[in-house]
Amino acid sequence: MIEIGIFLILLVCGYLFGSLAEKRHYRSIIKREAELNSLPAIASRYPATDKCYQQHLVYGGVVVASDYFKSFLAGLVNFFGGAVVSYESLIDRARREAMLRMKAEAKAKQAELIFNVKFETMTIGSGRLASVEVLAYGTALVPQIPSDPPVITPQYARILALNPSQA
Amino acid sequence: MLVSNLEFLPDRTIDSHLGLVQGSSVRSKHVGRDMMAGLRNIFGGELKGYTELLQDSRKEAMERMLKQAESIGADAVLNIRFSTSSITAGAAEIYVYGSAVKLAPKTGAPSS
Repeated sequence: MIEIGIFLILLVCGYLFGSLAEKRHYRSIIKREAELNSLPAIASRYPATDKCYQQHLVYGGVVVASDYFKSFLAGLVNFFGGAVVSYESLIDRARREAMLRMKAEAKAKQAELIFNVKFETMTIGSGRLASVEVLAYGTALVPQIPSDPPVITPQYARILALNPSQA
Repeated sequence: MLVSNLEFLPDRTIDSHLGLVQGSSVRSKHVGRDMMAGLRNIFGGELKGYTELLQDSRKEAMERMLKQAESIGADAVLNIRFSTSSITAGAAEIYVYGSAVKLAPKTGAPSS
C-alpha cells in the first residue's frame, strides 16, 4: 500500500514539475530562437564563397533528463506499441537547445553563417533514469574586416564544379 | 592550428593529407552528482552537472587530438567529427577525430 502511495506521489510530482519545466524550457527556446533567427545554420558541406571568411568550429551540448511521468508513459507505450510522444518532446527540446547554444557561441564570435551542421545524440542511463545528450556542431563563418575580395583556390573551384548543386 | 568540420577550405589549398588524428577522454562525476541526476529524473529538466562534464571531456579530447596533429606537423585538422558513447551509468567516452592536413602557403589577396 505504501509502495503504491510512493509511486503515485512520484508520478504526480513528475507530471507537475516535469510539465512545468518543459513549458518553461519551450518558452525560453522560442524566445531565443527568435533572437538568433538572423544567424542561419546550414547543413551544406560547402561553405559560401561570396566574402572572405574566417572559419571557427562551434558546438553546443545539453543533457536533458526525462521525468518520472514521462518515463512511466514511455513504459506503457512500449508495452502496447505506438509513438512515444512523451520522449519526442524531450529530444526535440534537447536538440533545439543544443542548436541554440551552438548559435550563441557563433554569435559571440560575430559569425554570419554556420555551415555543415551535424547532430550527435546519446542516451545516458536507461529505463526510469533515462536522459539524453545532444551535441550540435558546425563551422561558423566570420566575415573578415577589412573585407578582402574572396579567395577561392583552384582546388576548391574544382570541388564546387563537381558538386554544382552546392555552389 | 585550424580546426574545422568542413572537408575543404575555400581559401586554402590542401597540400597533403597526413592521415587520421584522434583524441578521446573518459570521465565521470562524483557520486553526489549522480544522485542529483537521479533526483532530476523524477522532476525533469536539464542536468547541468552532466552538461559541464561532457563539455570538459570534449575539450580534453580535442586537446589530445590537436597535440597529436601538432606532433606530425599538421597545419589544420579538417572534417572533424564528434562521437559519444556511455560506457557505464555515470561515465561517458568522448571521441574526436578528423583528418590532419598540410596546407599550401597562402596565395592571392593578403589577409590577417
